[in-house]
Parts: sequence; structure tokens; C-alpha cells
Amino acid sequence: MNASLRRVWGLVYRHLALFRRSPPRVIELAYWPTLQMVVWGFVTAYLAGLQNDLASVAAGVLIGGVLLWEATLRAQMGFSISFLEEIWSRNLGHLFVSPLRPAEMVAALMVMSLLRTLVGVVPAMVLAFLLYAFNILAVGPALVAFFAALIVMGWAVALGVTSLIMRYGAGAEALAWSVLFGIAPFACVFYPVSVLPLWLQPVALVLPAAHVFEGMRAALTDGVLLWGHLAAAWALNIAWIIGMAALFMGQLRVARVRGALINIGE
Amino acid sequence: MTHALIVENLTKRYAPDRPPAVDGLSFRIAPGTTLGLLGGNGAGKTTTIAMLLGLLLPTSGRVVALGHDMATDRFAALARMNFSSPYISLPHKLSVRENLTVYGHLYGVPDLPARIAQLAGELQLAEFLDRPSGDLSAGQKTRVALGKALVNRPDLLLLDEPTASLDPDTGDWVRSRLEAYRDATGCAILLASHNMAEVERLCGDVLMLKQGRVVDQGSPAELIARYGREDLEQVFLDIARGTRAEVAA
Repeated sequence: MNASLRRVWGLVYRHLALFRRSPPRVIELAYWPTLQMVVWGFVTAYLAGLQNDLASVAAGVLIGGVLLWEATLRAQMGFSISFLEEIWSRNLGHLFVSPLRPAEMVAALMVMSLLRTLVGVVPAMVLAFLLYAFNILAVGPALVAFFAALIVMGWAVALGVTSLIMRYGAGAEALAWSVLFGIAPFACVFYPVSVLPLWLQPVALVLPAAHVFEGMRAALTDGVLLWGHLAAAWALNIAWIIGMAALFMGQLRVARVRGALINIGE
Repeated sequence: MTHALIVENLTKRYAPDRPPAVDGLSFRIAPGTTLGLLGGNGAGKTTTIAMLLGLLLPTSGRVVALGHDMATDRFAALARMNFSSPYISLPHKLSVRENLTVYGHLYGVPDLPARIAQLAGELQLAEFLDRPSGDLSAGQKTRVALGKALVNRPDLLLLDEPTASLDPDTGDWVRSRLEAYRDATGCAILLASHNMAEVERLCGDVLMLKQGRVVDQGSPAELIARYGREDLEQVFLDIARGTRAEVAA
């Protein structure tokens, strides 16, 4: 195995070993996505009954939104919390004085994020089909591009959160759980961008997620793939991930200047 | 002689209006030797080690470890270095074997299962190799930390109080292992410690730090003779309390 890949695998192995020894951690991964999906599934069923209009609601826009947004949330949390695990176990010092490069650490955290996202979201997708006959695969092959775009957006946000944790230490830990809830209103998960006031719409349109959800709604309700939104989502993702990676590397350097890596988390 | 570690005029100042934590430190360590870093709390030992490892960027000065400038080529050096401190843990939930496997991968250790088996034998880890690291006693944790520090067969080892909080028997055992490893491999060791007997036993040379500066240096025997004392602990107290002049008089 290539030396760099082996270092990435070393850190991934560390987190997989943690899960192997802690079944509650695995259960927790699937708990919230499943709960969210069940609640929004009943909301969808209720609204469909009220409106007697399955075309707009039962097409699964709400459940689809929940499942895709959970992918973003889990991707971001999976990355950020894996980083926090190193702080909580006071292991970060060992990692930063090992030959593990920062880019390799980020790659390992992305792998863990992807695994955590799959473990969290796939059971919810299966349950959505079993309980509400909602098949997210009906979106078609573009589903993979939508999911991937949202996961990459989650990583971009996670890089920003991790940078803040390196800058502000334990005081910024709560952001790992909360930051995407603050972004959700502008991501237009459950409603079109046009619902927002005109002055807020540009804010939404700089978020990859808003384009993904516009595309998802069009695919579910009209059966069309809006390539423009998909392309915009990926272009924005590239810009965001480059920006956040630069912020991460900058904060890592600042932390090395300030000595923050020696006692981070205290 | 090619030195394993060359430190030139190393300085760390955290803020312009505060005195430097480390001020113009220079020293060298030859392969197969141990240099002791002594000083009271706040003398700059941990800051120095953090800079040597690349965890902290110096304000000025230069560190060359195993021929690599730590400012520009630190990862090449880090692969052949290692570090141990009781103040930085290994993940408690992972077993000893898992922890050694993680670090074996990070350091690119060839034939890792065999290396772990070898360490288990040499450091008496076998009986708790598959137990979570967090469930171990202080002495067992120290042995595991030593295993992690030796997993890549380092040519340069930085140790921050490796026997802190250990009973005398375990502390003596750890010192024996370090001596044996150094003598067998030619590894250079930098040892920061508050245990003067340990420093006298392991270190060929000692740097005495106070407020970030080297205030004296030499072999333990030279320092003891220079201060007219019976052991290094009394020398340490003279320097820490600033009573050297009276002693010299």
C-alpha cells in the first residue's frame, strides 16, 4: 500500500476500532436520520390527507428533502465529530507529531464522514420505502450527484467548523452539532428559493444545497433534471471546499504559532 | 560527527509584550547519547519539545532533526522520530494492540504484526494487549506509551517526563528499557524530566533551563562538581533558587 494511503487507513482504522468497541455509537448514527424521516413521513401523510393532493406532497418532496438534508448533516457531523474525538481522547498531539500530513488527516476524516453518513442515511431510506412507499431512487441516476454534492458541502462546512475549533478550542465545539441548522433556512430544503424574500435569494443561491434541492424537487414532481442547478451546485462546492481548505490550513498554522495544538480542548 | 538533532538559537515569544518562553536555545545531540533538559515549571521544557516536534512554530531559530530542517521538511524527520509524554494520551477506548496498529500504520512500520509481537515481548505488554488502553494501570499505560514511542524504531526520541507518577520499580524498569534501546540502536534521546536520579543515570549531558534560557550545562558529574554539591537535585535547587553565587563563594 502506498505510504500516504497507509497513513489515511491508519486514522480510518482508529475510528473504525472505536465503533467496533462501542455499539451505542453505531446506533446513534442511524437514530436521528430515522427519527427525522419518521416524523416528516407522518407530516407528509397528514398534509396529503388535508389537501387530498398527492401530486405535490405525496410525491415525496418533504421526505426526499429530509433524506438529502440528513446526508449533508451527517457528512458535516461525521467529519467534525471524528476530529473532536481526537481532542476528547487527547490524541491530537500524537497525530500532529506523526508523519500524518494535514491533507491525509482531512482525507481520513472524509472517509469516516462518508461511512458515518451511509450508516445513518441508508436505514432511513429503506424505512421511508417500507413505511411510506417513498422510493428516493425514483429521482434517478442524478440522485448520486445530488447526494455527492450535499456530502461535499457538508465537508466544506466541517472544514470551517474544525478551523474554528482550532482557533477557539472547546468553546467552538457546539458548532459541530448546530452550524448546519442555522444554514438550513437558506438551503431551501422544503420550499423553493422563490419563497424567500428577494433580498435573501442571493444568499440561498450561493449555497450548493439550494441548487440541489431545486433540482430534487424538479426531478420528483416534474421528472426533469435541471442540469443548470446541478452544475451550479458543483461549481459552488468547488469554490467552498477550496476556501474552507485554505481556512483550515491557515488556522492550523495559526494554532502552531499560538501553541494551541498543545492544549487544545482544555 | 553528524548530529541527530541540531538546535540553533531557538526562540519562542508568544506575545511581543511578554518575555520569551524560550530564548536563544542552542544545543546538539549525537547519535547514541541522551541529553537532559532540566528546569522548573515554566522553564520552557515543554515549549522546546513542542518546537522540536513541529507542533509549535518558533519565533526564530532553526531545528535540524536527522538531517531535515523542521521548518521545511519536517515530515521526513517525523517518520524517524517519536515522542512520549504522560500528558498526551492514546485513545482510551482502543485496545493496546489497536493503538499500536494505528501508529504502526501512521509511521509506515513494515511487518507490523511482527513488530507489535516483538514490542509485546520486550515491554511485557502481552498480558493486556487486547484490553482497552483506558483500563490499564499507570505503569501499564507508561509501557504502552513506550511501545508507541518505539513502534517505528526511532533514531531520535523525545521524552517528556517518561516516568512521571510511576512507582520506583516501574520507573527503573522504564529507564532500563530506554538505555537498552539507545545502546542497541544508537538512538539519540532528549529527556525532559524532574527526576534528578533519572537524569543522572541516563544523560551524558544536561541543559539547565530557567525562564527559557540555558543557565548552565555539562555532564551531571561536571555540574555536581561545579556547584560543590552531592547530587543533581541540589544543583537544580541552587539554580532554581538563584543561590549559585553563595554556593560558589
